[in-house]
Order: sequence, then C-alpha cells, then structure tokens
Amino acid sequence: MIEQIFTASVFATAIRLATPYIFAALGETFAQRSGVLNLGVDGIMLMGAFFGFYAVFTTGNLLLGILAALFIGALMGLAMAFISVTLKAEQGISGIGVYLFGLGMSELLFQKLIGTPQSVSGFPRLNIPGLSDIQFLGIGEIFFSHNLLVYVAFALVPISAYVLNRTTLGLMIRAVGQNPEAADAMGVNVARVRYFTVTFGGMMAGLAGASLSIALLNVFQQNLTSGLGFIAVALVYFGGWRPFGVLGGALLFSFVNALQLQIGAIGVNIPSEFAVMAPYVITIIALIFASKRTEKPTALTKPFERGE
Amino acid sequence: MLPLQSIVSGSKSLFNRILNIVPMLLALLAALTVASFLLLAMNANPGDAIHSMLQGAFGTENATAETLVKAIPILFVAIGICIAFRGGVINIGGEGQMIFGALAGTATALALAQMSGPIIIFASLCGGFLAGAYFGAIAGFLKAYFNVNEILSTIMLNQVAVQIMNYLLNGPLLDPAAAGMNNIPKTARIVEQAELPRLTISLGSIELFAKTRLHYGLIIAIFLAVVIYILLWRTTIGYRIRAVGLNERAARYAGLNVQRQTVLAMFLAGGFAGLAGVVQVLGLQYRLQTDGSPAGFTGGAGFNGIVAALFGGLNPLGAIPASIFFGGLLVGAQKMQRDLGVSASLITAINGLIVVFTVSSQIFRKRLKIRTASQQFPDLDAEKKGSALGQNV
Repeated sequence: MIEQIFTASVFATAIRLATPYIFAALGETFAQRSGVLNLGVDGIMLMGAFFGFYAVFTTGNLLLGILAALFIGALMGLAMAFISVTLKAEQGISGIGVYLFGLGMSELLFQKLIGTPQSVSGFPRLNIPGLSDIQFLGIGEIFFSHNLLVYVAFALVPISAYVLNRTTLGLMIRAVGQNPEAADAMGVNVARVRYFTVTFGGMMAGLAGASLSIALLNVFQQNLTSGLGFIAVALVYFGGWRPFGVLGGALLFSFVNALQLQIGAIGVNIPSEFAVMAPYVITIIALIFASKRTEKPTALTKPFERGE
Repeated sequence: MLPLQSIVSGSKSLFNRILNIVPMLLALLAALTVASFLLLAMNANPGDAIHSMLQGAFGTENATAETLVKAIPILFVAIGICIAFRGGVINIGGEGQMIFGALAGTATALALAQMSGPIIIFASLCGGFLAGAYFGAIAGFLKAYFNVNEILSTIMLNQVAVQIMNYLLNGPLLDPAAAGMNNIPKTARIVEQAELPRLTISLGSIELFAKTRLHYGLIIAIFLAVVIYILLWRTTIGYRIRAVGLNERAARYAGLNVQRQTVLAMFLAGGFAGLAGVVQVLGLQYRLQTDGSPAGFTGGAGFNGIVAALFGGLNPLGAIPASIFFGGLLVGAQKMQRDLGVSASLITAINGLIVVFTVSSQIFRKRLKIRTASQQFPDLDAEKKGSALGQNV
C-alpha cells in the first residue's frame, strides 16, 4: 500500500503542482513585504488563466499566452494598487471585490469567446539532457522532466530572496512595509514602491493562472483555480514572508494535493471528500502556527498617510 | 419603550443620512458604467440589457416574488455580516456557515418528523442558527486567541463545509429513497407540517403573490433585521461589539474584553448565515440538495450577502432594500441571459465592482465626515478618524 502511494510519479506531480502556488505566493510576498495585502490573487489568477488559455487557443503560440497572462495580471495588479494605495480602501474587502470581479469576468469571457470546454496543447515536457535519465530513486523523473514553467518557478525562488534581501530595491520594499514614515523621511516614494510590488504581484498571479491553464491542465473552465489563490496568500503567512519559506509551504501543499490524487486513483477507502478537504484544514492549522511569527511586516494592510 | 421614531429617522442628522447614501449610489453608478462598457464590448445594448433585467426581476407578479425569494437568504447573511463587520471582523464565511445551518436544520426537521409543525420549525431554526453560529465562532476564536487572519480562515472553512456537506449528502444524510441511484446528492424531504407557509399579501380584494413561491422567511428576515438594528445601536451588547470594531485599542483601555466581542460577533454572524441555510430548506427546497459544486446549495448567497451588507451601509435596515436589489439583479440576469445571450456571470463581476467601488468611496465619505464633525464637535475628530473598518486585518 505504502509503496503504491509514495511513488516517484507522486513526487514528480507534487513538484509540478507546486508551480502555481510558487508563482502566486512569491508575487504576494513582494506585495505584503511592502505593506499591501492583495486578497484578489485568486481572481487575478482566473483572469490570467483565461487570457493565457485564449491566446494559445486562438494562435497556438505559447509565448503569446504567457504575455497575455502577464499583461492582464499587471493590469489587475495596477487596479488593486490604485484601490489600496491611492484610494486607501480597506484591503481585505476590496481584495474580495477584485476576486469576485475576476471570477465573474473570466467566466463571462469564457462563455462568450469559447463556450464549451476545450483543451490546448500547452507547454511540453522538457527533459534536461543527461539528468532526466537518472533512474536512482526516480530522481530524473521527479526533478528533471517537467514543463518550462516549473523550472522558471523554482528558479524565481532564490532570485526573489536575493532581490528582497540583497538589493537596494529589496531594502526599499522592506522599509516601506516595516516603517513607511521612516522610509518616506529617507526620500523613498512609498506609493511608487507599493504600486510596483502590487503590480508585480499581479503579474505573478496572472502567470500562476496561466501555469494551470496552459502548462499543467491545458484546459479552462469556470472557477478553474477553486480557491488556490487564497491558499497562496495563506502560504505567504505560513512561509514567514520569506521566499524559501513560501517554497516550503508550496511544496507541502502540492504534496498533499498529489497524495490526494494518488489516493483517489488507487482507491484507498477514504471518502474522497475528506481528501479534498485536507489542504484547507492544513492551511488553517498552518495559519495558527504562522501567527506566532514575528516577521510580519508592521505596516501590512495599513495605508500610508503622510504627516500623521 | 421603543423609540420608534429614532429607528425610522435615526439619531443622525438628515445631512449625514444623505452623506451615507451618496457614495453608495456613486459606487453603483460607477459599477453600472463599467458594466455598460462590458456589454457594449460584447455587442449587447446596455439599454436592452437593463430593460430585460428589470422585466425579469420585477416585470410580473411572479418575477417580483422570485426576486424576493432570492433576496431572503441574502438578507439573512447580510444581517450577520453587518454584525461581524461592525465588530471589526471581516467574515467571508457566509457560504460555509449557511451550509452548516442547513445541515443541522434539515437533520433536526427530519429527526422530529413526528412532532407538530410549529415545534419542528422552531427547533430547526434554532438548530440551524446554532450550527452556523458555532461554525462561525471557530474563525472568531482563531482570530481572537491565535491572531489568525479571519478572511483566510473563513475562506478555508467554506471549502471544508462544502466537503462535509457533500460527504453527508452522499452518505449518512442521503435520501433513503434515492440510495443506490446516481442522483443529485440530497436528503429526504421534510414533512409537510415543517414547511414554512407561503406568504400572500392581501390588499383589499387583491391577493398578492398567491400563486408564487414567496414564503414567510421574508417576514422573519425583515423582523430580525429590525431586531439586530436595535441590538447594534440601542443595547450595551451592540455598543460593545461596535466599540471594538471602531477602535480596538480604545475599547481595550475602556476595559472591554475584546476577544469575547470578536467571538460573539462571529457567533452571531454565523448564526444568521445558518438561518439563511435552514430557511432556504424549510421555505423553498424542502430538502437539502446540491450539485456538488461549492455554490451548489447556497447559490452564492453567502458572498452576495457580503455585497448587500456593504451596499446597505453595514446597517441591517439598509440591508433590506440592498438584498432585494441584489435578488433582483440575480433573477433579472437569468432573463438577460435568455434574451441577449450574455452570461449571468456578468452579475458576479458587477458585484465585485460594487464591492470595490463601495469600499473605495469610503475615503470621500470619511473626509467629508471628518470635516463636518470637527466643525461641530472638535473632540469627536479623533474618534472618527480611528473608525476604519477592520483596520486590524
């Protein structure tokens, strides 16, 4: 039984399924580090998923699909930045508004432009020469035989950590999230930094959506993400606002997802509902433990008002 | 004695009343403008769309009744959302709490099938309220004592509730008559005497809504909206909840047990969402059934209740017209979909826009209010500034 569940293909699936979590949660890490909680991630993912899918569906060009997803993600991120930074709206609720908009809009466009469920040929599997043939413990299959976006997602983790911790830009982002008054006094444009991070977060969310619709599943349907974006937001808390922490959380969740698929496939006698429920229950438990963390950006969800 | 006049006119000046409504109308206008552009982009005439929706929502007696039927669960949820948001707790868990209420209420009604009608109905409503309340209180408890973001926890709990419902409807609560068949997951039908009666309104010789599905849930919901309005603004319980929402730190210094208010706000909010679920069963469906999708049973009322509460100014009385408005939007959209071929999911997008615009418009209201307040009562200034909804996300 155990050997049937923990196969190399389960681990490989887990690595693949981590992709959307990583993209979305990394983008959200940047936004939250600068003090903005973007709860609209799931809605932006849905829009990214649809636009990416539609571009590939009509042109067959994968690069165009990625660009479309990045573009719509940037647009929605920009809107969220305008709402939360310029209009200083309550971030939690306006994020739910952005989510509902993305949910309704992606479905509306899907009904209008495509109508029936279709599939596209998405990103093909890219075997890394030499490495993908390693039979030992299935390492080749687990690590070196995935689509391009999987490698990109994993590469973005150290890059994000470097940018946040070792560059001037990262310092500005952290300063704006930790002490906007001081950052402002030092001449950092708080609003501009937050616009940048939230827009970047939107692009990453769009990419996360596309990684579902044109790389992992190669389909689009109503509510394709089914709340994955909200888990990604929770992962940022779970990962202690650090890219490598986020990666750990993403892998944990994708592993649970992969196990759930495998358990369903080999017909273990657990009601499928409990398997589907597991990631959400684990998220709640993870949030309880994450609440003890002290790394939370002090200015998170607080709009910046000069001279108060 | 009930200060009835003050319920109608409120203690605020007329000026403040208008101040409260104007941003909402501007938000609606902005959302409808965007929606018009969307319709134009889809080669649909916005005028035709609005006409079609109005026809579908209020064009006939039956259409109006369907709008009100749709508004009932939205109003129940919205009343609870008013309590939660006023207490500074952003409860997105209406969907899950509604499901728990419906599960408990249906189970109660099925278990008490031998009893008389009023007893079953009363017990079911209580069971539904409590189940929703305790389910809601989980998120309140986690926020109060473990500092867990309630938006995230309630969203996760929604998914948990859906799966628990799917499990129960496919197993323990499955209609014995439907067992073995690959049918829609559903419970057995409740007994006839447990049904909430249909509602007709007599106007002289005319019997309004005589042949429609409108039921007494509407009366219960409106009655409770008034009760909660009084609770929030005329009792110490409500005062405490609002004090925490207005300024948590000040409430703590004043000696309030902030944690307890947070849990209580979520308990009540969950209870009302639970009522939404059980009334949907007792008044309309007579059994709990779903298509397996997350909104299969609720029809999204748990989310729409949030939109209605915000649009109603987080006031239970304002939530009444707001809920009817959103009920009409949903029913009207069905006709628009048939007439113009524009998917009814346009309404979800519009709802999102209304939320965004309503919350964004607060900045203008806050600025105006601060200005007027500081002219009249300079020392109120500080308090008004601190009144940011859910600043402690």
